[in-house]
Amino acid sequence: MSSTALTGPSIEAQWVLPSRGRVGMISLIAAESAIFTIFVVAYIFYIGRSASRPMPKDVLELPIIATICLLSSSLTIHLAVRALRKVEVSAFGFWWLLTMTLGTIFLVGTGREWRRFIFEDGLTITTNLFGTTYYSLVGLHAFHVTVGLVAIALVMIFTLLGKVKPEHSERLEVFSMYWHFVDAVWVVVFTVVYVIGR
Amino acid sequence: MASETIALGTVDGGARPIGERLHDWVVTVDHKRLGILYIVYSLVFLVIGGIEATIMRIQLIVPHNHFVSPQVFNRMFTMHGTTMIFFVAMPILFGFGTYLVPLMIGARDMAFPRLNAFSFWMTAFGGLLLYFSFIGGGGLYGAGSAPDVGWFAYAPLTSRAFSVGHSTDFWTLALLVSGVGSIGTAVNFITTILCMRCPGMTLGKMPLLAWLNLITGGMVILAVSPLTAAQIMLSIDRYLGGHFFDTQAGGSAVLWMHFFWIFGHPEVYILIVPSFAFASEIIPVFSRKPIFGYPVMVAATVCIGFISFSVWAHHMFTVGMSSYGNTFFTITTMIIAVPTGIKIFNWIGTMWGGKIMFKAPMLFCIGFLFQFLIAGLTGIMLGASPFDWQLGNSYFVVAHFHYVIVGGILFTIFGAFYYWFPKMSGRMYSETLAKWHFWLFLIGFHLTFDFMHIPGVLGMPRRIYTYEPGRGWEIWNLLVTIGVFFQAAGVLVFVFNLLRSLRKGDPAGNDPWDAWTLEWSTTSPPPEYNFAVTPAVNSRRPLWDLKHPEDPDWKYE
Amino acid sequence: MVGSGASVAVLLAVFCLAAKLSSAAEASPSQSLSIFKPESTPADSIFRLSLLVLAITGCIFLVVFSLLAYSVVKYRRRAGDNGREPPQVYGSNQVELAWTVIPVLIVLVLFLATARVIRSVQDSPEPPGAIRVIAIGHQFWWEFRYPDLGVVTANELHVPLSDPSHPTPTFITLLSSDTDHSFWVPRLAGKTDLIPNRVNHTWIDPHETGLYLGQCAQYCGTQHAKMLLSVYVDSRERFDEWVEQEKKPALGDPAAEEGRQIFETTACVNCHTISGTVADGRFGPDLTHLMSRETIASGAAPNTREYLQSWIQDPDAIKPGCLMPAMKLNDHDLDALTTYLLTLR
Repeated sequence: MSSTALTGPSIEAQWVLPSRGRVGMISLIAAESAIFTIFVVAYIFYIGRSASRPMPKDVLELPIIATICLLSSSLTIHLAVRALRKVEVSAFGFWWLLTMTLGTIFLVGTGREWRRFIFEDGLTITTNLFGTTYYSLVGLHAFHVTVGLVAIALVMIFTLLGKVKPEHSERLEVFSMYWHFVDAVWVVVFTVVYVIGR
Repeated sequence: MASETIALGTVDGGARPIGERLHDWVVTVDHKRLGILYIVYSLVFLVIGGIEATIMRIQLIVPHNHFVSPQVFNRMFTMHGTTMIFFVAMPILFGFGTYLVPLMIGARDMAFPRLNAFSFWMTAFGGLLLYFSFIGGGGLYGAGSAPDVGWFAYAPLTSRAFSVGHSTDFWTLALLVSGVGSIGTAVNFITTILCMRCPGMTLGKMPLLAWLNLITGGMVILAVSPLTAAQIMLSIDRYLGGHFFDTQAGGSAVLWMHFFWIFGHPEVYILIVPSFAFASEIIPVFSRKPIFGYPVMVAATVCIGFISFSVWAHHMFTVGMSSYGNTFFTITTMIIAVPTGIKIFNWIGTMWGGKIMFKAPMLFCIGFLFQFLIAGLTGIMLGASPFDWQLGNSYFVVAHFHYVIVGGILFTIFGAFYYWFPKMSGRMYSETLAKWHFWLFLIGFHLTFDFMHIPGVLGMPRRIYTYEPGRGWEIWNLLVTIGVFFQAAGVLVFVFNLLRSLRKGDPAGNDPWDAWTLEWSTTSPPPEYNFAVTPAVNSRRPLWDLKHPEDPDWKYE
Repeated sequence: MVGSGASVAVLLAVFCLAAKLSSAAEASPSQSLSIFKPESTPADSIFRLSLLVLAITGCIFLVVFSLLAYSVVKYRRRAGDNGREPPQVYGSNQVELAWTVIPVLIVLVLFLATARVIRSVQDSPEPPGAIRVIAIGHQFWWEFRYPDLGVVTANELHVPLSDPSHPTPTFITLLSSDTDHSFWVPRLAGKTDLIPNRVNHTWIDPHETGLYLGQCAQYCGTQHAKMLLSVYVDSRERFDEWVEQEKKPALGDPAAEEGRQIFETTACVNCHTISGTVADGRFGPDLTHLMSRETIASGAAPNTREYLQSWIQDPDAIKPGCLMPAMKLNDHDLDALTTYLLTLR
């Protein structure tokens, strides 16, 4: 048994609340932003304080191609979701695949950069403060890219199996918010590490 | 049909097999069951944390005592603090919130029920990880045990060099894991409150408990994440040879302190704001008046939420910040006293002109008001940084924060237990036993924590396993320890009351307190779906409107 | 409020009982470390500020407590109540404004008074006659170096009395060799932390001679509780005598030659310095003038032959978890070594 409270005029017709997926994702993004902020603060705090070489300017090169790829993938994922909403499933598939490719190129670029640092420049996470803060910050970001790519790959598989439908566009839109967040973080990391910190 | 409760059998006679019933509890995503799981989990750890405190107090009852070794004592204060904050206070408050928020906003469950279950089990696992350290902390060299670095684990004491074995790692990982659980819960609270209110319940019409849990959710999102980040950094230092807090390599010990306290200070507001929520629901009902100044109560709490992120370094007044730094954090700390004080006035304003009923929930809330006032005032003393240069890191601080946490938070939690126990279980508790609980605990609390301020003023630092005689500290330590036994007695009466009432309490009915929020409109305990028909509301007290159709709230709000 | 009267009675009864018990047990001499008995300007400034803070918070307490007590008593539901709900009051703009504005003003006053003391204590300039000390925190002892005077000692700090007309304060630089510590002598100054890889400062200008006690106030590991601190405030003459004595290298007492040989050929030299010998370890306290100190092990035991021998034989028995290893000497060597140490005046 339950009861309703008395009401005045009918309210239900106009009762609209925000979508749960969006609010949940925004909250998660806020939490992740706070985590990244702490790593960025640590990075900035330790700029110039390493007790030994290599220093940032000795080894850092602007990752132009990887950055362009990652930032474009924000555009492609947006186009993908838009296509799905307009019931253009094959266009969606195309843009989605492109997003996955661009993201993967970014990760490969990071991997190659780390390979060079470790094997040619002798910079590891234990070398000095620059090494510790650099690998932690860029690594945390790369981890978030990886998680995103795993999700994108899963959706790719479902697309190829023909299971992705226009009614899923809302969910994919929520996911794309995560992907845009990952790109925004990269803008910050790029500026702090490769521009300011050098 | 009624859903199952903890002790009653099914309606159709013949209880289902115990294995099936336990399985239901393990796989549940129902917010009410998860809420109860959180609460029971916390009660178990409350007892364990209490035992740890008792061990410490027995060691300190006389100077140069040999009840436990310094190594054991240091583990006790670390585990006691970590347990009470992360595995008692946070889960129990989240548990009440998880249970009550959907009911109070007329929703069927939380926004993400599976995330809700995941968050609970992550928190639970974190607690088990922490306590596994007693067995597993030794590592290869048998050198460690439970963590002994203090609950705020200052660097570089936590580095590999000074903290051998895995004890610190258990601390780090337990908090990382339960932190994930906390963030999940916060996401759930925010989404539920913003997206699932019943028709008519605008943000200005939702119960204060919902508002305050929304603010708490926001604080958890922004405060627990820095702790997570710091734990990751510490693990990188300990396992991957990083240098974040490695002072030998140019790292900064103070950086850990900043990161920890950016979490640590909002954390204590994360604990107190849900306690404010309980007081804000209980005091009006037992004064028979609406809360005085609802809009200001909301605004003040939002302010507290924001300002709490600007005061953290008042825990660091002694680390040698510049006079400008100390001055800044002094002013922010004093400013936050204003909205906090306003709330106390509003609660008194609620009681003023009312008809106060001294049932157990209200007794505990009155105790809360008195004690939170004192705790706030000792907080102002500590906020004046030069005064903190004497009082900081002494027993004065220990007395202050226990005054807030035990005298403030725990008292409202007891109040919340008694207030909502009838709703959750369908039974009334024994008011006589509850009063015994209240008075025993009150006496014990004041014996312990009033007198604990004095050794601090007389120069006794905290975290010492023994102390020197002849400094005038002996008698105060003796009194403090005696109080512990009264508190333990009170808690025993409380647990006994709960267990006995579960079996033998009188049926409570839907609305034993003649209250006004939506949870009292459904059965006790509520059915699994909460409301057969989604309610629609027109004011902050929908049941008042129903009971007083000639004088409904929506005419005056 | 009968109940609270009962609790007060219980509290008083327990207090009296405990007072009787503890005063019977007390045998050691009393020393107050109360922050309300300042004997130096920083502690004094803090004391004055604290009086203002206590007065203000005391008034706030009385006012709010009275309101609370009054409302609990006056507005309780009486027996024989008519069962009607009281007037439903939702708020009052004027009252709420008043109780917002007044606290803001109180906070402003408190803040201004506090800011003044912060500046006066922290930013106080070092006058020309100041004594300079470098304090280095270790697990679990204090190293004190007087760089201008060429003195190195441990755990017991000697400073001269400071005459307000010709101030000779002691300015202490605080460093740490391992983890965080905190220098706290309540009657002389507020505490300041010693943090590795960071330089902190504090100062004292004691107005009365005597012994002032303190201890480490930042958890630093197992024996944090026994990292005790003694500050001896001497008259200027006495202080200068002490400095003269401390500057000298260790006396060579032929009667203790055997002990000195044992010291120099055992692991002792790895950790301890005795100037005038080959021992120059820095991990443990400087022992050159060991016998000028009243206690050993940073206050954990009195400085007597018996305790010295126990300490060397098994430090863990006196200070479990401390970082000095048991030296495992035979009885003869231990005896000779202790005899030697006793000559280090």
